[in-house]
Amino acid sequence: MSGAHDNPVAGSNYHYIARKRRVVEDKRFVTGNGNFVQDQDLPGTLHVAVLPSPHPRARIVLINAEAALALAGVAAVITGDEIAEHTLPLYHGLPLPECRWFPLAHEMTRYAGEWVAAVVAEDIYIAEDALDLIEVEYEATPAIVDPEEAMKPDAPLVHPGHGSNIIYDGDFEWGPVAEDFEAADHTLSFRARWGRSSTVPIETFGVLAKWDKGTETLNVWASIQMPNYPEQIAAALRMPLNGVKVNQDIDVGGSYGVKRGIKHTVLVGYISRKLGGAPVSLIEDRLVNLASGDAHGPDRIFYTDVAFDQGGVIKSLKIRAIDDCGAYPGRGPFQLGKPIAAIVGPYRINSVHYRPCSVATNKTGQVPVRGMGQGPTNYMIETAVDEVARHLKLDRFEVRRRNLIRSDEFPYLNPTGTKYDSGDYETVLGKVTELANYDDLVKRRDELRVEGKLAGIGIATCLEPSGGNNLFEFLFNPKAEISTYMEGCQVRIDSVGNIVGTMGTTTSGQGHETLVSTILGEELQRDPDDIRVIHADSLAGLPTRSPIASRMAVMLGGAAAGAAQKIKDQLFQIAAHNLNRPIDGLEYSEGTIFDRSDPARKLSWDELCNIAHRQFHKLPEGMEPGLQALHVMQVPLGGQMPDEKNRVQLYPCFSFQAHIPFVEIDPGTGKVTVLDYFIAHDCGTVINPDIVRGMIIGGVAQGIGAALYEKFDYGPDGQFLSGTFVDYVMPSVFEIPYVKDVEHCTPSPLTSHGQKGSGEGGYLGAPAAIASAVNDALEPRGLSIHELPMRMNDIEELLNGEKPE
Amino acid sequence: MTKRDITLTLNGKTVSGQADPRMTLVDFLRVVLKATGTHVGCEHGVCGACTIVLNGEAIRSCLMLAVQVESQEVITVEGLCEEDGSPGILQDAFRDGHGMQCGYCTPGMLTSVHALLQSNDDPSDEDILEAIGGNICRCTGYAQIIDSIKIGAERLREDKS
Ligand code: FES
Ligand code: FES
Repeated sequence: MSGAHDNPVAGSNYHYIARKRRVVEDKRFVTGNGNFVQDQDLPGTLHVAVLPSPHPRARIVLINAEAALALAGVAAVITGDEIAEHTLPLYHGLPLPECRWFPLAHEMTRYAGEWVAAVVAEDIYIAEDALDLIEVEYEATPAIVDPEEAMKPDAPLVHPGHGSNIIYDGDFEWGPVAEDFEAADHTLSFRARWGRSSTVPIETFGVLAKWDKGTETLNVWASIQMPNYPEQIAAALRMPLNGVKVNQDIDVGGSYGVKRGIKHTVLVGYISRKLGGAPVSLIEDRLVNLASGDAHGPDRIFYTDVAFDQGGVIKSLKIRAIDDCGAYPGRGPFQLGKPIAAIVGPYRINSVHYRPCSVATNKTGQVPVRGMGQGPTNYMIETAVDEVARHLKLDRFEVRRRNLIRSDEFPYLNPTGTKYDSGDYETVLGKVTELANYDDLVKRRDELRVEGKLAGIGIATCLEPSGGNNLFEFLFNPKAEISTYMEGCQVRIDSVGNIVGTMGTTTSGQGHETLVSTILGEELQRDPDDIRVIHADSLAGLPTRSPIASRMAVMLGGAAAGAAQKIKDQLFQIAAHNLNRPIDGLEYSEGTIFDRSDPARKLSWDELCNIAHRQFHKLPEGMEPGLQALHVMQVPLGGQMPDEKNRVQLYPCFSFQAHIPFVEIDPGTGKVTVLDYFIAHDCGTVINPDIVRGMIIGGVAQGIGAALYEKFDYGPDGQFLSGTFVDYVMPSVFEIPYVKDVEHCTPSPLTSHGQKGSGEGGYLGAPAAIASAVNDALEPRGLSIHELPMRMNDIEELLNGEKPE
Repeated sequence: MTKRDITLTLNGKTVSGQADPRMTLVDFLRVVLKATGTHVGCEHGVCGACTIVLNGEAIRSCLMLAVQVESQEVITVEGLCEEDGSPGILQDAFRDGHGMQCGYCTPGMLTSVHALLQSNDDPSDEDILEAIGGNICRCTGYAQIIDSIKIGAERLREDKS
């Protein structure tokens, strides 16, 4: 057993940070007292069931809901016409006025499963009965399923008004690409395919809305994780933003980026208002979640050219990335934009030509998935490195060592204008080879090969941009002039000295209450177990951009530290005033402030809090009574817009991981078994070792899923084929080995305690690493595969020569 | 549909409620009996989030009907707590091993493991995999769940001796 312990590197100076501590949230989860959206119990709640379209692309001729409406217990049936009349189209990230997106299909359906009507009833059983009674007349037309076909001029159009299926087509060049290709000793090209999968939480998306007539407020409880959620609800429902109250104290049963049920929310919000304030809930069932939740992930084809020298040093990349965003783009296309921050990975690549293209097809829409496109990008970059090694017959580890940015080169400016804050990549790579006992692993592999088996070792060295920023949106859409992605935290000390930290967003397993209480405890030198952390609702008004983009350790952690610092400043002023000493003669220890030259002269925490709350006569002139502080953190290095060459600091902090999986392939069936998995990881200072370890290993497991099992499959006719967990294939404990991990700590110079993000890293490297291992196993047969997921039958076909490469 | 009266032993207490014959057991527990600790993940018997212990055996409450538990004995995650509602030994072990993140699969994991440890207080690695093989956790990658189970098994053995 290799449980998490104190982090020896970062922990030395801290009382609470980097120490093993129980996670605050866990207590309510183990006792069955979580506060999930489905646990909300408002009397009189009505339940919504949605009618799926059987056709991927059809005109809706007629909907007859009379029989459904006549069923006892049915309160309403809503159609797309009604919704389109009373709400505004949902928001896409890009300006796409002709791609009108409503909660229910309007006039035509654009993918199989798209919601055509919604039944509102007393209970969900009745609502589902009523679905069967709705008659819809469709005029079906051929669907467009393949993204490359969809790009052709004569392809059927997903949004006829848009005039093309191409949603976005960009062209970026950073550095002297032509010169670098010209001067290179070698070039090679490959195609790599990242399949349509997602992080699919065990809790489906759910939302409950209640229109409060008295206060004219729409109350929302949702398993949500997205920025600008209240803004988008208000806009679609044509309501003032200060009339939408999103309750952020809902425990979200996993998200990893994907819980963004904006269409669900607008639908129930509309219904609750229409019905005069009845609480209305929509909880996806699993089929709806998989088929029509608009929650699929990137579905990407890369065509990559690599220029490199005789020693395997990569000089330049040309990347064409085509991503199938489904029928309703939403924020999907930006998953091509975020990876720009680390488009050259952890390598000293001099230049890059990047042409990202987002294409609409007749599939359910995309949402940002863990890492927002960085996973596919890392898979492509690592494929390039492995291909260079293969081309030159060099060792894959050695080629990485030759290309990795050296520890003395930080901060390192990459060609896109992003500076990597800190890192020690070679040491981390060394740590994982040591952890994996690499020489032994090679022996084990070679012994298996002698026995006639297929075995392979993988390697991937990847970056995790963290801290979030939104400037990729501006790169894709110059109207989006957004140069901050802030996060707020408020700290309030009550009159008896209890501490409350307030955050403005939900949590979906990342342990933010633990993060905030640990940092406040550290800064104020008070026991974190006594600190309460709450989630303000959206009207209580803390600026937040939600827990996306591996940003909370950096941003919420930084905001908490900043607010604690303000509290401390105030306490010092109170103490200086009452002890009659200058501030610089005072010292703070566990809440007590004393005179350094006469430690008996002091004010305790209780006394200081009492003065602040009750003894105005003892406060320095001009000081407000009470003890509270709000700190809103701006993204480190943020605030700049891109220059004329599209160079900009996209993300502030860069975590790094090195993965080594060991796999065996059954030559008969093509089944891949992951025998062992090792990862070394550096996210700077670790705030809570258990939380970080969990997110890394959990991310690795999702990455193994994306590499070997998980896929949203569509037939050539556009029918959806992955409507259950059995078809989609979720990995169980039998598919995921006990991952062994080791931490390294290169603190970030940009953050409050040297921390960087860690929520995405495991997922961002595992698919690349597994692909590397599978290809290593296939190498003796002279085969390779660059398409994920590499399911059993894909590999079997490859081994039996049925599938041309 | 006429509702039926159903009486069962839930976490050691006799309780009753009314359900349509077609109501699933998990809906009955959550909606009628307000025992919301048990979760729903797939409603088709694959994810294990809805696992409860029925007469000593871990079963999926999404695949059973409420009417089937008449006069039976059911334990849910709430039943693993101490009398005063504080976490029991196994639950505390999951806290110490941080055997969760979002907490959504956790009740099902805990009930599966509880059923295992009732019949086998010193499970091997294979026994553990077998017991949670039907419980999908999307957050943890299982390592810390396995750690937690081992911590819990050891503490329960100590507690007995
Ligand atoms: S909800 Fe019962 S197994 Fe998934
Ligand atoms: S803890 Fe989130 S699914 Fe297991």
